Amino acid sequence: MATELSTAAALRRMPLSAAPTSWASDTMQARIRKRYRQERIFKGLGVLALAIAGGFLLFLLVTVIASGWNSFRQTQVLVPVTFDAALLGVTAEQARADPRLLSRANFQGVMASSAERAFGDDAELVSDGAWLALREKVEADPGVIGRTVPMWLIATSNMDQLAKGRIDLEAAEGDRPVNDAEVFAWRTLEGEGKLRTVLNRTFLGSADSVDPELAGIWGALKGSFLTVIVTLLISFPVGVLTAIYLEEFAAKNRWTDIVEVSINNLAAVPSIIFGLLGLAVFLNVLNMPRSAPVVGGLTLALMTLPVIVIASRASIKAVPPSIRDAALGIGASPVQVVFHHVLPLALPGMLTGTILGMARALGETAPLLMIGMRAFLTSVPQGLAQPATVLPVQIFIWSDNVSRGFVEKTSGAIIVLLAFLLTINSLAIYLRNKFEVRW
Amino acid sequence: MNEMTLSANPNSANLADVTVTPERPKMTARDVRVSYGEAEALKGVSIDVTTDSVTAFIGPSGCGKSTFLRCLNRMNDTIPGARVKGEILLDGHDINAPDMDVVQLRARVGMVFQKPNPFPKSIYENVAYGPRIHGLASRKADMDGVVEQSLRRAGLWDEVKDRLADSGTALSGGQQQRLCIARAIAVNPEVILMDEPASALDPIATAKIEELIDDLRGRYAIVIVTHNMQQAARVSQKTAFFHLGTMVEYGDTREIFTNPKEARTKDYITGRYG
Repeated sequence: MATELSTAAALRRMPLSAAPTSWASDTMQARIRKRYRQERIFKGLGVLALAIAGGFLLFLLVTVIASGWNSFRQTQVLVPVTFDAALLGVTAEQARADPRLLSRANFQGVMASSAERAFGDDAELVSDGAWLALREKVEADPGVIGRTVPMWLIATSNMDQLAKGRIDLEAAEGDRPVNDAEVFAWRTLEGEGKLRTVLNRTFLGSADSVDPELAGIWGALKGSFLTVIVTLLISFPVGVLTAIYLEEFAAKNRWTDIVEVSINNLAAVPSIIFGLLGLAVFLNVLNMPRSAPVVGGLTLALMTLPVIVIASRASIKAVPPSIRDAALGIGASPVQVVFHHVLPLALPGMLTGTILGMARALGETAPLLMIGMRAFLTSVPQGLAQPATVLPVQIFIWSDNVSRGFVEKTSGAIIVLLAFLLTINSLAIYLRNKFEVRW
Repeated sequence: MNEMTLSANPNSANLADVTVTPERPKMTARDVRVSYGEAEALKGVSIDVTTDSVTAFIGPSGCGKSTFLRCLNRMNDTIPGARVKGEILLDGHDINAPDMDVVQLRARVGMVFQKPNPFPKSIYENVAYGPRIHGLASRKADMDGVVEQSLRRAGLWDEVKDRLADSGTALSGGQQQRLCIARAIAVNPEVILMDEPASALDPIATAKIEELIDDLRGRYAIVIVTHNMQQAARVSQKTAFFHLGTMVEYGDTREIFTNPKEARTKDYITGRYG
């Protein structure tokens, strides 16, 4: 009371100028001008920052798309293929009777001899893996054995790069990956219309290969998908339930404080540490399969959990306490309060946190290297326990490759990764908006 | 008046007891003390709440009247560090006894809060939620009946009957508060606690709430906390004046406002402080 009185007394003693404030004076006008200037400068800085960020984003997208879009195109060569029964080792009748014989047939030999007949043996034009198309042809119709059929076959990576204009022909023969015979063959074929560019089904439909023209992204894409599914299925329920327990049920004491600090610290732990943890726990102790999406998913779930817990707790905190009071006040049990009222209102925020966590998990490379997901795999994973790789690891492996054809594959894989991320995020944002309660 | 009380609560477990002693209050509090950590917010309050009259708690901010109100349905359980001592009886049963189910208690002792807090769901769902979680109406037709009856008693039916599917939060403040009252009525409570139910409302909405409280009197034991002394005088038959954690005076509203026994009560009512 005494302090209140003295403050009031002090206020009364304060001198107040008798004259009214002169807002039109020069000093006041200068102050006003200065304030407007400061606002203009601040706005200008904001626009500048936005422009720089936008510029970088544009640069990234333009470079990636410019060098990556070629990976979605494939060069094919028209080759008259002679299905010689003797060379193949299987006759049309035998193939009809027992199609399994075709698995041992010499398609490589048939392809090599057909290519040599067409282009000579100086230039290598047809990819080593193109014989698969021959087998498919015979499997579809064994009657082609003994006939000569013109077929569009996958060109070698060098031909592909020549056709896409990505090889500097001014350089000396020794300094470029293609010899003069191949350049000559390319010019001839181009002139005769025996080269064509089509959608690259190989890139979109197969797994990794040593040959750039045969390497595909589908294996890594499916691996990423399987891994992220495991991550989501583990980290979302566990993270949300943890957050609900900590916010709504746990007593506020020293122990919950320690748990809270630990969770916040875990969110800042470098991801490779989680990789080491996954290696030690899932592979060495639990003996789970190496390189498998299930292990990758579990490891990434460990990494994502703290992010989801923190975001979920924040969104639970943001639910007005009045809603809890209202539900408790008509006799809802604490679990009913949470699941009927708090969770539906907090779900959009939880989903936002989960989107961020999943996006990070999808782009993560380091922890997956630790558990063996950087293996060179030529088959598409068929299940959660089979060896797989993921998109960012595939990008990392290809970017390391000396072969020229992998440059565009690397950029192509980046495009696929970005598209995958955008798809998943759009889906999550759609779901979030669907659940969002309008007040 | 007491006959009416009984018919309004046919489910009451203590029907026989109440019939034997008709004067028996619905709720009895004896020497209730509440402390938050070290600070004692309520220093021994004793009061009886009856069904035939509306009881108003008045007093300056921080006097403990809301704290005491929240003791009556154990809403203080949700506040960390709050400890309640003393005896509070509902129909002669200690509400803090281990065998008292707090969920059931809150269904029997409903509450309306200072700020209207409808669920962000439809008007229908707001009212139907309580009966549903307590299993009071299993069939759709029964539930429709409960919703309509509750909204009618809360004086809201005519305003919302054509838009029951609209969000409860889309209503005006006064309508929201009446929706909250309908929601509390829907679980068929015996006591309704109102914590400054009209303080966030304009005078017209306030008048409607006051009318509603008068209509509900006799059917439910009503306890209302208010800052507004005119409101206490208008709606209540009994008034308790709280100051600094103690109950200074309790008696008939007419008596308290015209002829207070305590000097502090007189000072507050005449506007010396508050």
